[in-house]
This record gives sequence, structure tokens and C-alpha cells, in this order.
Amino acid sequence: MKKRIGVLALQGAFREHRLILEQLGCEVTEIRKSSDLDGIHGLIIPGGESTAIGKLLQFGDLGEKIKEKAIDNLPIFGTCSGMILLSKRIENSTQYNLGLMDMTAKRNAFGRQIASFEADLNVPTLGSQSVRAVFIRAPFIQEIAPNVGILAEYDGKIVFVRQGNMLASAFHPELTEDLRVHRYFLKIVEENWGN
Amino acid sequence: MVEIASWKVKTGLAEMLKGGVIMDVTTAEQAKIAEEAGACAVMALERVPSDIRAAGGVARMADPTIIEEIMESVTIPVMAKARIGHFVEAQILESLGADYIDESEVLTPADDLYHINKHDFKVPFVCGCRNLGEALRRIGEGAAMIRTKGEPGTGNVVEAVRHMRTVMSEIRQLSAMPQEELMTAAKNMGAPYDLVFYVAEHGKLPVVNFAAGGIATPADAALMMQLGVDGVFVGSGIFKSGDPQARAKAIVIATTNYNDAKVLAEISKDLGEAMSGIEISTLAASERMQERGW
Repeated sequence: MKKRIGVLALQGAFREHRLILEQLGCEVTEIRKSSDLDGIHGLIIPGGESTAIGKLLQFGDLGEKIKEKAIDNLPIFGTCSGMILLSKRIENSTQYNLGLMDMTAKRNAFGRQIASFEADLNVPTLGSQSVRAVFIRAPFIQEIAPNVGILAEYDGKIVFVRQGNMLASAFHPELTEDLRVHRYFLKIVEENWGN
Repeated sequence: MVEIASWKVKTGLAEMLKGGVIMDVTTAEQAKIAEEAGACAVMALERVPSDIRAAGGVARMADPTIIEEIMESVTIPVMAKARIGHFVEAQILESLGADYIDESEVLTPADDLYHINKHDFKVPFVCGCRNLGEALRRIGEGAAMIRTKGEPGTGNVVEAVRHMRTVMSEIRQLSAMPQEELMTAAKNMGAPYDLVFYVAEHGKLPVVNFAAGGIATPADAALMMQLGVDGVFVGSGIFKSGDPQARAKAIVIATTNYNDAKVLAEISKDLGEAMSGIEISTLAASERMQERGW
């Protein structure tokens, strides 16, 4: 059976995640309401604007249903604004979040758009070849609880983390041709599925 | 190697805006209302297009104080408009830290022949178009995002629909062409050959395309989304309506749930007065902002 992965399709770059997942042989469901979550084996929260996605998560019961699924161990991967929404704490903000990973995110942490950049990122978990990471008005993680693992840092800032079945990156693997980050998430999905 | 302001980073921000609503705002207070409603970005302006239309005269870049106040009041991206061809206004906006520049026909053009060479800038640009040739010329000059022009400040969606249908129809025509016809197509539409080739091969524009100019209701936003745009700009439609808060939120929800008529019916209820619109045929050719741009 094919892995069925949900991509939160409220706002942002959900199409890019969809294309990569399809390339990797997954069945993809776009998630716009809570009933769309039925039967998925993993969920991706894409890049976009975290405040806008947060507002839309509160329309109906979608946000709360995602939290319930996470308690049931659904693997979730958040990129950029997805990382912010997954964080328990967001610096200087009271915006809606899912709060599923025990860490503090700092928004627009590298500066405004003119400071957005791409760089080669060393991610030992994915092998010795670096990952071309695209940072767009990106956040970073300011502090983490001991149960959150650091997968990559850029310039001393935490930009890629894992906590159990949950994965979060400050950069956008969906904007490059390198499929290793998505493959890594699908491995988490597979392991979880077996249990 | 670290690369700042690469093409990927410029077009990438537009990718992140997809499925969202970009709202025109003239004060910090309006910007907060827009952010609270779920806007994915705001456009900082001195006057919304319908007021520009009413005021007449020359419309220019907004006072930097207004743009800075708006940038300080919200965490979402802040865009600002420069006049067509006015590369110094663009330099000023870039130095202020604007996240995107709209080289816009809503303002009075500063150059009657040439647009800004947008490759010169670190900040990305969005430009308007009425057809595919215009879109590809702007992308050739460095625009990292496109919007269909519509007719700004009218609250009348008909021109936005016409421009989107034109672009989509021209894309379909290119997709169906054998390769030997593409050079003549490029010549006829006045567009760079490599971009014509890209569109023919991929069946889509190489950058994100939003709708603009005349969107006033949640149904208007959903209509444009169903026609295939990636997101919407709402100019005068929100803050010239009876209940901006409610309308802004409803348009955001409509842009996400554009295919769900039940949701659209629900959120279209009790929004108060929409902005009063203008029938396009009552506008003299000289009053049509969409004719600006070459």
C-alpha cells in the first residue's frame, strides 16, 4: 500500500510539497478541513505566513484535530511557518500555534526579505553531502527542551530539529531538487506505521 | 556558498504567499486589522486606488513614514508601490526594507517607454499584466511575481477576469504549438523567446501569478482562484466597505476554500455594504489604469 501523506493546504507552498511527495511515490491529500485528516499516515505543514495559516486553522476545528492526531503519534513535518506553528513558544507573539514541539521559535529571525538567502547546510543525518537550504524570512529555534534533537545549525542558529515523530526545518526543502529531507520524513512515517 | 537575494529567494517568497490575500492598507491600524484577518501580506499605500482615482493628479510612491509605521506594526511581509519606470522610488523602498515592490499602474507612470530593470535590485518585484506577452516582458525585466491588472479602484471584477482568461488562453495556445512556431509566437507577443519556450514546455508561468484590480467580495476572490490564479490582491475592496474586519476575514477564508460553495455561502452572510463599484464602460480610456505599462 502507498503511504498517504496529508499536506496542509490553507495557504503557502503546499503545491511544491505535493509534487515532491508524488515524485517519491506517495498518495497526497490536501488538507483543508478536519475530515481530510482521516486515513493519512503523515502530515506536512508547508511554508507560508504563520499568522495567516494560524487564523485559518481556527476556522472550524482543524487545528484542534491536528493536535489530537499528534497525540496519537501522527508524524508531522513543518517547514518555515510550519516550524513556527509546531513550536510551543513563539518569541514576542501570542499568535495561534499548534505547540507540539517543546521549543521556542523566533520569527523573521534572519531579517526581512532583502536578507533572505540560500546556503550549504551540513546535516550529518542525511550524509556527508551538504543540503542547499533556502531561507526566506526564516525563523530559527532559540531554545529547545532536552528531548528535542538538533539535526542542523546554520551560523550557530538551530534550523532543523526532531522530537519523536515530529520534524521541523527553518528552510524550504520543497524549493530544491534534493529529496533527502522528504525521504528522511517518510522514513519516520514508515517506522511509525510499522508500530 | 551563501547567496543573498538569489532568483530562488525572490520567487520563493511569492511561492510562500500563494493561496493568500494581500491587502492594501494606508495606516498601521489598518495593517493590524489585515494581519488579524489572516492577510499573508499587506501593500503599504498613501491612498487606496479608488481614492487615487477620485483625487486625480499625479500619484506617487507613499511617504516613507507611512511605510515604516506599517512595517513596524505587523510581522507579515510589507509591499510598497513604485511608479512604472521610477527606479529611484524603488531604490528608496528597498533601502526602507520593503519586502516586495509593486511597479504599479495604480501610480502615475514616470517613464512612458521603459520599466525598471528589476534585476538590479535585491528586493523582489511584482508587476501587472493584461496578457501573456506583458507578463513575460515583465519577468524578462526581473519581476519575480506577476499579477493580472484588472481595473484598480473600481470594485468591478470583470477586467480581472478578462485578463486572467486571456493569460490562461494564451498559455494553452503555446502549450499546443509545435516548437517551430514558438519563435514567431514570441515575436508576435513581444516576449523573450526563452520564456515563451518555458511556458510552452511547462504549461504555466515561471513565477507565481495573483489576481488584482476589482476584487470586492469573497465570491470574487473564489472566482479568480477557480480561474487559476495563485492568490489575490484586494485594494479598495476591504477598507472602502461597510465592515472591513468581517469582509477581510471572509475574503481570506474564501481564498483558501474557493472550491467549497457551502463555506462560501456561510462566510458571505452579513458582511454589510461592499464598496460601491464603477461600470467599466463609464470610464474614459484615459481613466483606465490598466492601459499604463508597455
